[in-house]
Amino acid sequence: MHPALQAVLTVGIGVSSAIAYFYLANMFLDKVLFPPRGANAGRNINRANMIRPWVFLFPALFALCLYLAYPVVETIRLSLTDRVPGGYEWAGAENYVALTKDPKFWEALRNNFFWLLVVPGLSTAFGLIIAQLTDRLSWGNIAKSIIFMPMAISFVGASVIFKLVYDYRPAGEEQIGILNAAYLALGGSEPQAWLTIPGLNSFLLMIVLIWIQTGFAMVILSAALRGIPEETIEAAIVDGANPFQIFFKIKVPQIMPTIMVVWTTITIVVLKIFDIVFAMTNGQWGTQVLANYMYDKLFRANDWGMGSAAAMVIMLLVLPILVWNVRQARKEMR
Amino acid sequence: MADLKLTDVGKTYGGKVEVLKNINLDIKTGELIVFVGPSGCGKSTLLRMIAGLEKITGGTLEIDGQVVNDVPPSERGIAMVFQSYALYPHMTVYDNMSFALKIAKKSKEEIDEGVQRAARILQLDQLLDRLPKELSGGQRQRVAIGRAIVRDPKVYLFDEPLSNLDAALRVATRIEIAQLKEAMPNSTMIYVTHDQVEAMTLADKIVVLANKGIAQVGSPLELYETPDNEFVAQFIGSPSMNLLAGEITGPGDETQVTLKGGGMATSAIPTQTADKGRDVNVGIRPEDFTVLEGEGAAIYEGKVDYLEALGEVTLLYFEADSGANPVIAKLPGIHGDLRGRTVKLTADPARVHMFSNGNSMRG
Repeated sequence: MHPALQAVLTVGIGVSSAIAYFYLANMFLDKVLFPPRGANAGRNINRANMIRPWVFLFPALFALCLYLAYPVVETIRLSLTDRVPGGYEWAGAENYVALTKDPKFWEALRNNFFWLLVVPGLSTAFGLIIAQLTDRLSWGNIAKSIIFMPMAISFVGASVIFKLVYDYRPAGEEQIGILNAAYLALGGSEPQAWLTIPGLNSFLLMIVLIWIQTGFAMVILSAALRGIPEETIEAAIVDGANPFQIFFKIKVPQIMPTIMVVWTTITIVVLKIFDIVFAMTNGQWGTQVLANYMYDKLFRANDWGMGSAAAMVIMLLVLPILVWNVRQARKEMR
Repeated sequence: MADLKLTDVGKTYGGKVEVLKNINLDIKTGELIVFVGPSGCGKSTLLRMIAGLEKITGGTLEIDGQVVNDVPPSERGIAMVFQSYALYPHMTVYDNMSFALKIAKKSKEEIDEGVQRAARILQLDQLLDRLPKELSGGQRQRVAIGRAIVRDPKVYLFDEPLSNLDAALRVATRIEIAQLKEAMPNSTMIYVTHDQVEAMTLADKIVVLANKGIAQVGSPLELYETPDNEFVAQFIGSPSMNLLAGEITGPGDETQVTLKGGGMATSAIPTQTADKGRDVNVGIRPEDFTVLEGEGAAIYEGKVDYLEALGEVTLLYFEADSGANPVIAKLPGIHGDLRGRTVKLTADPARVHMFSNGNSMRG
């Protein structure tokens, strides 16, 4: 059979079986299990209505358990075992202890913390500034579209682009990396292999993520700025506030909940950061981060125990921020 | 202590859309001026131009003899109360009221004294550490007024401040504003509303705006008793004045008008012999009509089509050609038996207005 036809058929079967599930389950509930007839008609209707949401939720809950809850449990289990030929062996907290003794782990944790300090803050700040500056411009929307565009590029794609930006060719050769080209043009003595300079290289990687996330922050914050009642700003003008005071004392406090949601959302992205480091330095020259460390352990060293332990550390770090973020977003909606 | 003088003030958007032109107005210290007019007449725009939130595109605005066209709002000595209150939602009542003083870098003691004074006047003492969202509509409105008082401005600007309140609160707040005005006899207030009851009760002087300009300026009762034109005549008073088309047939110290509907009206407005035959509109307020019993020349005769009994008064709606405005009479007391009957109406000549080409023929 032609693959396209196969795909159409698969989609057709999938959709119709989903419809059939809801239809038939609903019918079974109403006609067979709790029919609204006989002596207990009223009670049956109430019971059917109590069960109905769960019947409808079941497929989603099932998938969620299978693909989210089960992996978490399995990762916990793996992190407490060692892989030995032919099976597993209980290891207790050994993997976690080994983790704390691995300087690479501490390097990754330190770098993650460094990323956490720089990227969410700068992305949010740039997003806010750009949103404010482009608000009243006639060509503001074009500027915003261009700044938003990196959001459409995958992290790996962006990494490839920036690898070219930071590219190094030995002295004497023509520099194709714009950073080296600019560096030499501005009087630099010789081309630098930027991604190998400890400290600076981590920051160069962060720029890639800031470049991507600024667009996200800008779009959300721009909408929030538009939502500020115009009259509060006019009242501030009449009260004598200058543009800076209006921005910092009237506008920013009013969109603070949105700023926090943007900030935490980017924080979560940063905690999970993997692709950029993987594609650009693979954690060499002191740029290791937790997710890449986990990948190294899990799939390169085949140490499932330590890899899973690293994954658990990432999850524990993300979890509180995630919970806070979801709560805040819900409050926003109310 | 502030006189305002508007000379040929105009507003044009984008060089094309003209919303206001040739506004000339003198406002004296201590007056409460109300701008009224139908929606879209530019009354809020005019207020915002005085505030400095809209650019004045023609003419000059003087406050105390100084042209302030290009002076920023905060330096004009004005304070504004917005329709939506425009409280800063993230600040407490105290911070809302002290914001302007903080911006002006006043000392802590000065700020506190100003806020406490305003809070006492408006009975906000108990609410100073609340956020706006924890206040009722009327309290928010008082905070908005308090924010204006704290700045001790020369001119208060109110932009439809009561329109977001419910009917009972509106009356209460209206009285509060009137009392506030009395407590501050030296401050000038400009008040925008579309509600003529607010205008009539609060104003020293009403400015009726229509067709991009001023239709009439005067005290509330002047506007009611001697409207300059048909627009003001119909805008002030509820239900609005009846206009009946006719032709002058008997000029003199009292003018006789033969109406198109067949009636005869006598107005106390004198006319010249040359006016004979001129087409005019006779204007009579519903409350000035009296029922004519027995024989005699009626101004209007018609069948009562519909009747609204309000207890203290009864409104009679007479049959009219479809599309035309019905003649309305407002009689004191209860007259439930008049519906469906033919009634003759007459009026005191002193209360019969006459308009030619839309303008009053009063000298």
